[in-house]
This record gives sequence, structure tokens and C-alpha cells, in this order.
Amino acid sequence: MKILEIDAVSVAYGGIPAVTGISLSVEAGSIVTVIGPNGAGKSTLLNAIMGVLPAGGVIRFQGQPIGGTNIEARVQAGMSLVPERRELFATMSVEDNLRLGGFRFRADGHAAAARELERIFSLFPRLKERRRQEAGTLSGGERQMLAMGRALMARPRLLMLDEPSLGLAPLIVRDIFHTITELRGTGVAILLVEQNARAALQVADRGYVLETGRVTLEGDSATLAADHRIVEMYLGQVRG
Amino acid sequence: MDATILLILVQDGVVNGAIYALLALSLVLVFAVTRVIFIPQGEFVAYGALTYAALDTGQLPGSVWLLCGLGLAACVCGLWQQRRTLTAGATTRLVLQTVVLPAAITALAAFVAPRKPGVLIEALLALAIVTPMAPYLYRVAFQALAEASVLVLLIAAVGVHLAMVGLGLVFFGPEGSRATGFSDAVLSFGALTVQGQALWIVGLTVVLMGALYGFFEFTLFGKALRATAVNRLGARLVGIATAQSGVIAFTLAGAIGALSGVLIAPLTTVYYDTGFLVGLKGFTAAIIGGLASYPAAALAAILVGIVESFSSFWASAFKEVIVFTVIIPVLLWRSLRSTAVEEDE
Repeated sequence: MKILEIDAVSVAYGGIPAVTGISLSVEAGSIVTVIGPNGAGKSTLLNAIMGVLPAGGVIRFQGQPIGGTNIEARVQAGMSLVPERRELFATMSVEDNLRLGGFRFRADGHAAAARELERIFSLFPRLKERRRQEAGTLSGGERQMLAMGRALMARPRLLMLDEPSLGLAPLIVRDIFHTITELRGTGVAILLVEQNARAALQVADRGYVLETGRVTLEGDSATLAADHRIVEMYLGQVRG
Repeated sequence: MDATILLILVQDGVVNGAIYALLALSLVLVFAVTRVIFIPQGEFVAYGALTYAALDTGQLPGSVWLLCGLGLAACVCGLWQQRRTLTAGATTRLVLQTVVLPAAITALAAFVAPRKPGVLIEALLALAIVTPMAPYLYRVAFQALAEASVLVLLIAAVGVHLAMVGLGLVFFGPEGSRATGFSDAVLSFGALTVQGQALWIVGLTVVLMGALYGFFEFTLFGKALRATAVNRLGARLVGIATAQSGVIAFTLAGAIGALSGVLIAPLTTVYYDTGFLVGLKGFTAAIIGGLASYPAAALAAILVGIVESFSSFWASAFKEVIVFTVIIPVLLWRSLRSTAVEEDE
């Protein structure tokens, strides 16, 4: 079953097109990545799918067209976005950030929220150590973990990650990608936007290459990773 | 000036300051959550006072009709704004909130008012009549502008203020009113005489501030409001609807304004347009606090109250001038301290 299907989606900023006629789909429980250079429109695409930006074309989530709905309705339907700038509640504690992530389940009561919190803490033990600390005082890697944890508290069917490795040290990037593969087993589908094409293609099932607002290549990750154009442009020299 | 006069002036200042503190807090709250500078705050004070005064004389206050009218307008706006996404449940909720609720409050007021049930019930009823007007106003005037700039929102707020002053004249008439206090007890502590009403004002202010602190610190909805203030996009991404936060913030502001009105009605004669000046003093305090800090705004409000009471003793003709002049050194200091131009978002 396809959890997300977008068809001929276009976004323009004041008349200037940022992405044009993009079609892609994400199977339930799979990981799909969109790679491409800086400024190709990757973030724009995710923001359009989440409803942060108005977009033309058709966006279907779990078979339902969600074109005219706002961000809140899409969260309610089971989408979560971890934006490039994280957008955390900087002056609030790590725990409060996470609890607010579960805002859409506020009617479920305290015990359910506490259970979810423990699930996130087992995924990101660092967050548990820092649960009382203000989000604004965290390191870059911890912020990314918190942003992912907050998004997962909404128990999404589709998690969209915008450049999760941006500005992070290589060891932390490895941790983050390890977490992404761990999530595969939990049934959540992931749409991953990355400049780090090598890491993204390693964890993803399928990939799309976005260049100047258009999809130029698509296919399963193994094929893409072996494609000579990808190798030249994004992966550099591949050894071993 | 002797010590007795000094004590009286300070007491006066603290009592007025407590009211300004409540208003300043709600201005900071509304601005932080919705970026609206809530100029009509003062009208809620006047409406609260006049509604309470009318109930106190056993009459049905004219504001119930305004409540019903605003409710209907909010209902129409709500249906129009959500026309594409409306579900049966949402429609029922909207009609309950905007049509059935004001009708029920009006019926209750019409039943209770002639029976003169006593100050406590009258005060609660006045709160019930005036408070819902604030979320209705939000739906009618501000919800569709939620993403507009601070300036546009300010212009809308000025418009709402002017409309509410006019409507106040229509529904309450030009005469001023004064109401019975919560307590006519007079307590003496040596040279200091304290009126029961003054104790009510200060006491309720402290309790309300405590309750607000608890709300923001310990409840998920309070935290959701803070989250909206800290990061609007972040809040939307976890499913906190801007409109919902706005409605809650406005409801709190309406309740605080109405309560302030009920509290000052026994101390001074309130006219339909008295609220603006009261609200403006709360605004002065909120500005001194930078429209951001709750404790700073509350302390500044007490200062404003004390400056006011001393200036009305020494130079009563210049009372308002002196109070509003306090804001100038603060603005100068703030503009010198921060070099960057403040941005909208």
C-alpha cells in the first residue's frame, strides 16, 4: 500500500518556480530518500507535503487527497515533519518538548503519554539524561535527536526528515542513521531528504534525485548507488 | 507630607497597580501567543464593570444582546472559514459555543438578575457574560489574519477597540455606574486604614497570578500556549492549531479584563469609555516589561500604580501625563540597549 503519493506537485515563491511537476510515492513502512544538491528544492518539497507551503498538484496521504488542509490537520492524519531548522521550543525543557510532541494524543491520559515518553527515551537515551534541561542548551546532535523524538511522539505513519545530518559530526550522523534503520521495524514510513547521498542511499529502499526543482533520476537505492552519474556527482570515488 | 498620607498613597498605588498588573499580564499573554497588541483590553474592563453594575441594580445588562450578536457573528465567520473542511462534529461544537452558550447565559441572566442574588453570583454572572466576547472577537476579527504582520494585527485591534467603545455607548448608555463592593469592612492597622475591597483586589490578583503560573507550568494546554509563543511553526508541526491557541489566549484575556472591571466598579464610577485609559496603563506596564516578561510586567504595573497615586496627590491635573511619561525613559533605555531592529517574527 502506498502511504504517500504525490503527482505533479509544484511550488513557486512569488512567481518563481522552486519545484516543478514532481511525482513520487512512498510505500507503507519503507524508507525513501530524496537526494540532490543544495538549492534543488528538497526542503521546499517536504514543506509542501506537510502543508507549510502552498502547492499545486495532487498530494494523497493514505489514499486521501489532502491538498487544501492545514499543517495541524496533516499532523492529526499521521504525518510528522522534522524541519531543517528543527523548530524546537528552545526555552522549554526536553521533556516538555517531547510531551508537546504527543499533543494530538492529549485525550489519552497521563499513563499513555508516559509510556510514549519511555519509548522515545529508549530510542534516544541521551534525551533521558537531559530531560530537565532547556532545549536551547542542547548540542547540535542532541537537538536533532529531540526534534526526531518530538516528531515520533505524534506516532506518525509517515515521518519526514529534512537534512538530519546537517552540521553534525560524523559519529553523530552515524548514530542518527542507525536510529533511522531501527525505526524501519516499527512500521513508520520515512521520507528522508539528504545532501549526504551515500548515507541516505545506504538506509533507503528507494531514491529520487532532485536537481533544480525536477526529478532527474529515480529507482531503488542499490541501482542508484551503482549508477555512474550518481557516483560521479554525489558519491565521489567509491572504493571497496 | 506625613507618614499617614504616604501610607495611603502607597496603598492606593498598590491596589490600582494590582489591576494594571492583571491587565499587563493578559496583554503580554495575548501578544506572545497571537502577536496581537490587544488594545480592546480596556473595553473588557468597562464592559465587566458596567455589566456587574447593571446586575447589581437588578437589571438585565445590555451586554447580553451584544454577547448574542457577537456569538452569531463568530458562528457565521467560523462556518465560512471552515466551509471546505467542516464535519458534523465540528459544526455542532461551533454552534454550541457561539449560539447555544450565549443564549443560555442570556436566559440565565434574565432569570437571575431581577432576584438580586448577591454580589458573588452577580460577579460570576458578569464574568460569564463578558468573557466569551473575547474568543468571539478573535474568530471574527483576528483568526483570518493569523499570519499577518504585527502592524496589520495592531490596526485590526485599534478597529476592534473603536467598535467596542461605540457598542458600549449603545448598550450601556452614556451614564456612569458604580456598584456595591465585595466587602464594606474597614480594617485599621495603626495609622493605616484598609478597605475590604482593596484586600479583595490584591488578594484575587495574587490568587489569579498563582493560577496562571500553575496553568502555564503544569498543564499541557498551558505548555501548548507557551510553545506557540516560543516557536509558532514548531507548535503547528506538533498539531497545536494557531486558532485554538488564539481562542484560549483571548478567553483568558477577556476573563481577566472582565474581572478587573468587576473589581474596580465599586471603587470608581465607570463610563462606557473609561476602560481605554485603564487598559493603557496596563499597556504601559507591559511595555516596560518588553511585552515579553510576566514578572517584569507585574512589577512595572505596581510602579505605574504608585506613580499614579503620588502624581494625583501632588499634581492631579497632570496625573495621566506623568504616568504615561514614565514610558519614555524605558523606551529610550531599551532602544539604546538593543542595536538590532526588532523584526516581526
